Amino acid sequence: MRQIKATNGEKVGILKRIPHDKKLFFMIAPFLVLVLIFSYFPLYGWVYAFYDYRAPLPLSKCDFVGFKWFKFLFANKYQIAEVVRVLRNTLAMSGLGILTSFLPLLFAVFLNEIKSKRFRKFVQTFTTLPNFISWVLVYSVAFSLFSTTGMFNNLLMELGWISEPLKFLDSDSHTWLTMLLWNIWKTLGWGAIMYLAAIAGIDQELYEAARVDGAGRFKLIRHITIPALLPTYFVLLMLSIANLLSNGMDQYFVFANSFNKQHIEVLDLYVYNLGITSARSLSLATAVSMMKSFVSVTLLCVVNFMSKKTRGESIV
Amino acid sequence: MEENEKRDGKSVYKKDPVFTIINYSLFFIFTLICMYPFYYLFINSISANNLSSSGDIVFFPRQIHFQNYRQVLQIRGLMTAAYVSVFRTSVGTVCTVLASAFLGFMFTQEKMWKRKIWYRMLVITMYFNAGLIPMYLIMMRLHLVNKIWVYIIPAIVQPFNIILVKTFIESISKSLQEAAEIDGASVFKVFYKIVLPITKPILATIAIFSAVNQWNSFQDTLIYITDQKLYSLQYVLWTYINAASAIATQMKNSFGSAVNGAAIATTQTPVSVQMTVSIIVIIPIICVYPFFQRYFVKGIMIGSVKG
Repeated sequence: MRQIKATNGEKVGILKRIPHDKKLFFMIAPFLVLVLIFSYFPLYGWVYAFYDYRAPLPLSKCDFVGFKWFKFLFANKYQIAEVVRVLRNTLAMSGLGILTSFLPLLFAVFLNEIKSKRFRKFVQTFTTLPNFISWVLVYSVAFSLFSTTGMFNNLLMELGWISEPLKFLDSDSHTWLTMLLWNIWKTLGWGAIMYLAAIAGIDQELYEAARVDGAGRFKLIRHITIPALLPTYFVLLMLSIANLLSNGMDQYFVFANSFNKQHIEVLDLYVYNLGITSARSLSLATAVSMMKSFVSVTLLCVVNFMSKKTRGESIV
Repeated sequence: MEENEKRDGKSVYKKDPVFTIINYSLFFIFTLICMYPFYYLFINSISANNLSSSGDIVFFPRQIHFQNYRQVLQIRGLMTAAYVSVFRTSVGTVCTVLASAFLGFMFTQEKMWKRKIWYRMLVITMYFNAGLIPMYLIMMRLHLVNKIWVYIIPAIVQPFNIILVKTFIESISKSLQEAAEIDGASVFKVFYKIVLPITKPILATIAIFSAVNQWNSFQDTLIYITDQKLYSLQYVLWTYINAASAIATQMKNSFGSAVNGAAIATTQTPVSVQMTVSIIVIIPIICVYPFFQRYFVKGIMIGSVKG
């Protein structure tokens, strides 16, 4: 230390003696530690799936049970029915989402047909807003408008169309459909933005040329606009297939109640209910999310492989 | 005909007014459906509470008063939650923006020891997830459960934001990679003096989207927090909705049907609290919204890849 100080004639620390390449590494090392702790180390938590873990006890005092929890999921017909129910909800919500995934594309295409810039701006501004509010707020909105004492029921009763309030929220009818509609309400405008950006990038001369050839509005849409948007659509579709099992839990959690529980409980919510709400078994919940992770990673690989095969481009 | 169209490309469209009208009306209706709920909450939060709880306020506010806001701001739990939300939004955003900028810049330094390995190690984490329970157990071990830092620390390193910064730097300047090695200038100095200013556009995008995420986040409070003092605004709002819903059911049971929740115009009811708090929670989003729109296209890349 002292020697270096003397030769350089300035204040230097031990840092100067570390080679430059290692020094750069040490600067990012603290962040890599964060990645290790919050992304890799939790994977170690999967061992809980093989134990009968009881919350306050250390793992060493718990019984090792092997694949008990994995077998338990399929052990009897009630348990199987439960798994089937949750999977059906998950796939239904994701499936409906995929089936309606063309809506943002159409939204963009038809918005583009509107000539008034002001009106377009107006539509875009207000249809994107719901995307930036939380699901809790969406539920707050839903509650104000559709609860038994909400605005909608009051309006219908005042008009004399109904005598008893309709149960929009505390009922199990059309749960999947209502969830889909809320989801569309929240994300449609936002989803269209990427397509609008893509449309803005289409060469205008293509349109001019087609018009000269006598193509009308719908021909232009069909033969120029939509083909230009398909690559983007394809990538998003692939990603949503990879996310088939992960539809998140915020939306379903806030809308869930004892009436619609049967049809709203998706996988992510099921894991939460299993592990935290009912505290039935942390180990069982871990086993479920572990299987989910495996399926998700496999799906991602398959989709990526398909994308490479068909388009020569990977998506991840 | 052809010549006519050549001169004026729009002439084709003038031929089908039906399409134009339908198109305009559909978009107009959908936009109203997106707007109206917010408007409804707002006009009800400033109208007489006895009118709003009986659902009489549909199009215009009546007997305007601001008692609801005054009273709601006096609820102690709400103010604490507001502090928590403001804290996590500001500190969380600053931390993740600085970390993304720094790491994005560092990963362009080809001289770094084993750079590619670390970079891959980081990027891969976007595609897997240990799951809720293992995460919870880790947080417990780290003593982050029921600590305010549980909102901040796990969210600091965001791989996708780092990729954004890295590609941004690589796309504008190759010489930056060498800049840090120029004698005299320390890495931190280069970062502070050069990298931060030039990456501003992408950092603004990251900042805005992480701020909205932090503000809207609800799940982490639900899972990691039981201490009331650390509840976020979103979570408190959720408890208010539940209270409003429970009381609505109770009233329905005892009176046979939905009746006035408030005797006088300014008496607070669970519903008035729920609506007022909803508006308070939306206001910050509406305030940053105009600035926001410029970054939409970049932001959607963040959204789509993160899934």
